[in-house]
Amino acid sequence: MATYTYTPVPDQGAKAGVLAYLVISCVVLLLMMLFGLLMRMEQAQMISIGALWFYKIMTLHGAGMVGIVALAGAAIMWHFLRQYVDLSTGIFMANLILFLTGVVMILASVLLGDFHAAWTFLFPLPTTSMGMWSPGAAALFMGGLLVIGVGFVLLHLDIARAIISRYGGLGRGLGWPQLFGPDDGNAPPPAVVASTMVTIVNLIGLVVGASILVMMLINVYVPTFEIDPLLAKGMIYFFGHVFINAVIYMAVIAVYEILPRYTQRPWKANKVFLASWTASTIMVMFIFPHHLLMDYAYPKWFLIMGHIIGYLNTFPILIVTGYGAMMIVYRSGIRWDMCSRLLFVSLFGWAVGAMPAFIDGTITVNYVMHNTLWVPGHFHTYLLLGMVAMVFGFMYYLGKPNENAPDSALDVAAFWGFVIGTMGFTMSFLYSGKISAARRYAEHLPEWVPYDKIASYFAMLLIASVLVFIFRFLTRLGLASRDYQRASLARSMAT
Amino acid sequence: MQETAWQVSLVLMLMITFGVVFVAINSGKREEEYGPLVKRAYSFRTKLFWAVAFVFFPAMIYNLMSLPYSPKAAASSGPTQVINVTGHMWYWEMDRDQVEPNQPVDIRVTSADVNHGFGIYDPDLRLIAQAQAMPGYTNVIHITFPKEGTYRVLCMEYCGVAHHNMMTEIKVGKS
Ligand SMILES: [Cu+2]
Repeated sequence: MATYTYTPVPDQGAKAGVLAYLVISCVVLLLMMLFGLLMRMEQAQMISIGALWFYKIMTLHGAGMVGIVALAGAAIMWHFLRQYVDLSTGIFMANLILFLTGVVMILASVLLGDFHAAWTFLFPLPTTSMGMWSPGAAALFMGGLLVIGVGFVLLHLDIARAIISRYGGLGRGLGWPQLFGPDDGNAPPPAVVASTMVTIVNLIGLVVGASILVMMLINVYVPTFEIDPLLAKGMIYFFGHVFINAVIYMAVIAVYEILPRYTQRPWKANKVFLASWTASTIMVMFIFPHHLLMDYAYPKWFLIMGHIIGYLNTFPILIVTGYGAMMIVYRSGIRWDMCSRLLFVSLFGWAVGAMPAFIDGTITVNYVMHNTLWVPGHFHTYLLLGMVAMVFGFMYYLGKPNENAPDSALDVAAFWGFVIGTMGFTMSFLYSGKISAARRYAEHLPEWVPYDKIASYFAMLLIASVLVFIFRFLTRLGLASRDYQRASLARSMAT
Repeated sequence: MQETAWQVSLVLMLMITFGVVFVAINSGKREEEYGPLVKRAYSFRTKLFWAVAFVFFPAMIYNLMSLPYSPKAAASSGPTQVINVTGHMWYWEMDRDQVEPNQPVDIRVTSADVNHGFGIYDPDLRLIAQAQAMPGYTNVIHITFPKEGTYRVLCMEYCGVAHHNMMTEIKVGKS
């Protein structure tokens, strides 16, 4: 039986590379949020940019958001993981350079080449443009994604190498000896378990994603090289689902590492914890058919698997990670500051967003809700109020001037603006989905427009709040790299 | 169905909200001994696990009972009417656009170019059925239109710049 004592560890400052990742994340995230707002305002008929620009912006918003949250998640993972294993700074920076190269390629493809086949690039849309963009623009977009993917493959290979050399294998990184044998209390810390999981699933996901991208790139220039659209779709969603899910599993490391510092209670990698991460490792790879439920051509068992795993997947989120956070905060005497607030609310955002998500994975529900605004409704909830809240919580942590530094009223207002803005914005998405508003529409039917207007106002509130978060972080960059006590100690210990 | 999904989601989301607010309210006073607290929390978690499992598993199985992939047995009478649909950038080609109510209809959906989605909206603009339209594959929607009226068809899979204009109609009723 593990004992529950907390061993304090000093708060390490961020390496220059981590700060570079985070600053770029701030800039791109803000730009992509503004793109999102433009799309909502276009649907709300508050502005008029036209269908071509709507879909170009939609393509950038989708690809850009997936990419940038992955970058921010990687920064969190790398920052904490390197305190346990020996990671290569060179490869970390190489990933950033490849990422920026890919971003430039994608921007050029969309802004100069008019490419607008959405981030999903479903075959054969990229090569069937009806003259709207050139094969070169399609190749540039998919090439950009490929370059970004290669960077992440390098990063994960380095992480795999480091974990294997420190713990003796990826199974050991997941704590399998302690999970399947007696728990000797020597399981790797949660940060390592999570990084191992992310590395396993992302390496597989990225190889599948790169394969379909290469196939489609060949098809651009050699159209006789035929691709089965059903296979292409399966591969794209396998890659897309794994990659975007892995982002949350990277960012949650901030919660595992930082909340225990605030509560002086340990977040132990016990059997239940290890079992849930091993289960997540497997489920994340087999849940993707829930994107394909309306493709009846797939075998029935495959689609039913998506339905079932969608239900099972909520257990680790709710019962282990969500509950774990509640457990260490309950009667802890925690001091609420911007960091602890954002990290705490991030678990709420993740859990609460998982509810409409698994419901959408129910086949009979999907039949009338697939590709309605219900879908962006749920994933914006757990990405924005979940994953992105973790990122901002991490930024407030790095930049906190000292352990007792109070937050300004502006920051606290921004926190509530962020929570209310996000919930209002995602609930109007969900409600639009309930009344059958289709997603990815440049123009909405008159019946849908009122909810687009409501969503736009909440999105403005959310973006205004994020501006405060970003401004605060950028003014505190100097502090972020130093080593000192940041987390406020819980009440009875501090006094 | 949408109404149910919305209400169930709201209930579950509210329950999580209550849990989180409860913990936040009870976070201020510190209980120094974490061990006993963990013990209580774990035993509550076990109960929670089984409570969730007892709700989720039946719901999961129940929802697998009637899948849209095959026609509902004995749901309606009369001969099956067939509509053949091909999606094009950016219009729907249908070999008929008028069917009888309360009689089974098979809508055979495919595409001539890229992925589209065939979504059927009832006269109240509520989505009642859909299938993906993909080149090289035919997905069959088995449906019985319950009432007469004009049903709208919208494209449910992004297919390019005129995606949102890719609409047509199915008239249900006597010709
Ligand atoms: Cu379409």
